[in-house]
Amino acid sequence: MVTALKKKETYSHYLATLKFSLYCITHPLDGFWDLTHEKRGSLAAANTILILTLVCRIMKLQFTSFIFLQVYWEGINIFLYLASILFPLALWCLGNWGLTTLFDGKGTLKQVYMATCYGMTPYPLLQFPLILFSNMVTVDEAAFYIVLSSFSVLWAAVLIVSAMMEIHEYTMKKTILFTIGSLLAMLIMVFILLLFFSMISQGIAYFVSLFREIMFRM
Amino acid sequence: MNKRLKRLGALVAGILLFAASSMMVSAETGYTYTYDYWGDVQYSPDAYRVVGVYTAVEMGLEKKLSFPEGLFVHEDMVYICDTGNNRIVELRWTGEEKLEVKRIIEEFKGNVEKRTFASPTDIAVTDDGYLYICDKNNERILKLDMDLNYVMEFTKPGDANFDQSMSFLPNKLTVDSAGRVYCVAVNVNKGLVKYEADGEFSGFVGATPVTYDWQDYIWKKFATKEQRAQMESFVPTEYDNLYMDHEGFIYAVTTNVSAADLDSGDADPIRKLNLMGNNILIQNGNWTVIGDLYWGEAGGYKGPSLMTDVTAFDNDVYVGLDKVRGRLFAYDDQGRMLYAFGGSGNMDGCFRQPAAIDHMGHELLVLDSLDSSVTVFTPTEFGSLIFQAIEQFQAGDYAGSGETWKKVMALNGNYDLAYIGIGRSLVRQKEYREAMDYFELKFDDDNYSRAFKQYRKEWVEDHIVWIFLLVFAVLVLPLGVGKVRKIKNEIDTADIFRQ
Repeated sequence: MVTALKKKETYSHYLATLKFSLYCITHPLDGFWDLTHEKRGSLAAANTILILTLVCRIMKLQFTSFIFLQVYWEGINIFLYLASILFPLALWCLGNWGLTTLFDGKGTLKQVYMATCYGMTPYPLLQFPLILFSNMVTVDEAAFYIVLSSFSVLWAAVLIVSAMMEIHEYTMKKTILFTIGSLLAMLIMVFILLLFFSMISQGIAYFVSLFREIMFRM
Repeated sequence: MNKRLKRLGALVAGILLFAASSMMVSAETGYTYTYDYWGDVQYSPDAYRVVGVYTAVEMGLEKKLSFPEGLFVHEDMVYICDTGNNRIVELRWTGEEKLEVKRIIEEFKGNVEKRTFASPTDIAVTDDGYLYICDKNNERILKLDMDLNYVMEFTKPGDANFDQSMSFLPNKLTVDSAGRVYCVAVNVNKGLVKYEADGEFSGFVGATPVTYDWQDYIWKKFATKEQRAQMESFVPTEYDNLYMDHEGFIYAVTTNVSAADLDSGDADPIRKLNLMGNNILIQNGNWTVIGDLYWGEAGGYKGPSLMTDVTAFDNDVYVGLDKVRGRLFAYDDQGRMLYAFGGSGNMDGCFRQPAAIDHMGHELLVLDSLDSSVTVFTPTEFGSLIFQAIEQFQAGDYAGSGETWKKVMALNGNYDLAYIGIGRSLVRQKEYREAMDYFELKFDDDNYSRAFKQYRKEWVEDHIVWIFLLVFAVLVLPLGVGKVRKIKNEIDTADIFRQ
């Protein structure tokens, strides 16, 4: 690991894979095919994009003009705020992988994660300049900001769908079907998690009250 | 010795801490409050203080008031409709914080059959010296002169628009400068009953306009003819009370509103009607004009605020009276809440069944029909400063208004309107950068944008040279460099120089 860090090729490879995300967002079909099949992407670069997205989300809170984003600071928990991206991402990767692996999907969990992160590239790419832009406009010109902002999210969504298509080697029809399927899988996982948490907390509460009762009788 | 001193010091510090914490607790609740941008309750210094609560004893009446319902103030004269005793009490507000009985009106003179009242519920006095009285159970509105001579009466409209099988029970009224009478009658749900000065009924004013949305449209598509007939759109409008301001606009209130409509902003419990009867109340605040935002079910009270009366000052600030929790809500001409205060109970400044509100200058008078009393409020320093700042701004003294708002801010740092007021006065003084900071603090995006637009314009004008230089450096220079290089390359590789 340490020796790898000392080598120059490690960094040039990392930079090349990071730079490849820019190719992916303009040539999604070609780019995401090469991402896994030609090994032109790396987990390190995927992680970098994810971290940039998270940093962008937080910087948006602080620096976007209040015209577009009014922040009730008393109600902000930075960890919950980050989880609002990380948790759905984890559910998406698991749900998508779990489903496609049963239906001839060629992608591994690692590849699903990597491709999804690469697909998120437009978000930090557009949102960082938009933070600056938001401080230069008035409410009358708000439409520009809103259009660009939603465009970045839409672009990312299209990229993620086409990334899934390429890494699983699916047709368009099958991809759309399994995208909807993955979203349903996410819902089911949330439901089971909630059920699990409430069951466990009730179970614990039962033993706590049992213990209290015994202590009370003694 | 040293140890003892230390212990004493610790004790003193402890007591101070305790005192400070108990003071903080007392700051948690209050009589007067406002809502901030987020809708959080921000307790505020009192804007009004009670001068006194005047019952029959304080007024010097022999017979106690019985369920008074109507209150009217004309200059320094106060008129109370003592509904239960079928009389009208005319009082004068003396400089020494006293209500002095001038006369008790129980009957009037003139060539008319009934010369007494039956449950008078409201009264209005005009500048040219006439009294208009809702003589409810006699089914008439009386017009008397100052010496109590009968002039004329307004009776049940003979028009086909008015349901003739119903009795005409005028409840509240107001009179405009031309002598036209607007009246709220019991069981009339088409708006205000309007009479011309000569006593002729001229129609209903201020009915809620019928609106319908796509859901109604779809339902209508599928309904049968009979069902459609039943769905016939008619929005009943039953007003509770009304007030005519100094410009002749009618402020009307209705308690006939549903909680869901108030929540969604579809209901207008307070309306400002123009001559056409359209609602022209401006609602530019962060919240709609509905009184309390939170209705918590506690202490036997539930549901939204129900406005039972309204009064408007000459500076277009209006105050609504909530009969559910006995609170007063003051709004400015933009529909932003200035403050709310009051409560239910027997304390001074609280009410048991508030029925009517009116003002005298900046003083407020509230009639409580169950308590049979009039409570007189006067603005505190805080309240006066708010009025002063609003009036200065309306008069065009923007610098002065800003200074006054600064004083308001010094008294209450949580008062959003003070920040916005300072910002607005700064904009008028062309201090755009500073104004933006004040607007940003209180999330006023419209005003912020107005200031920012000017600031941006000035900034661009000041830095136009630099902007051009930058554009030149970024776009034109590389182009030029590329061109030069290309030429140089062509020269270097030209055939004639080849050896």
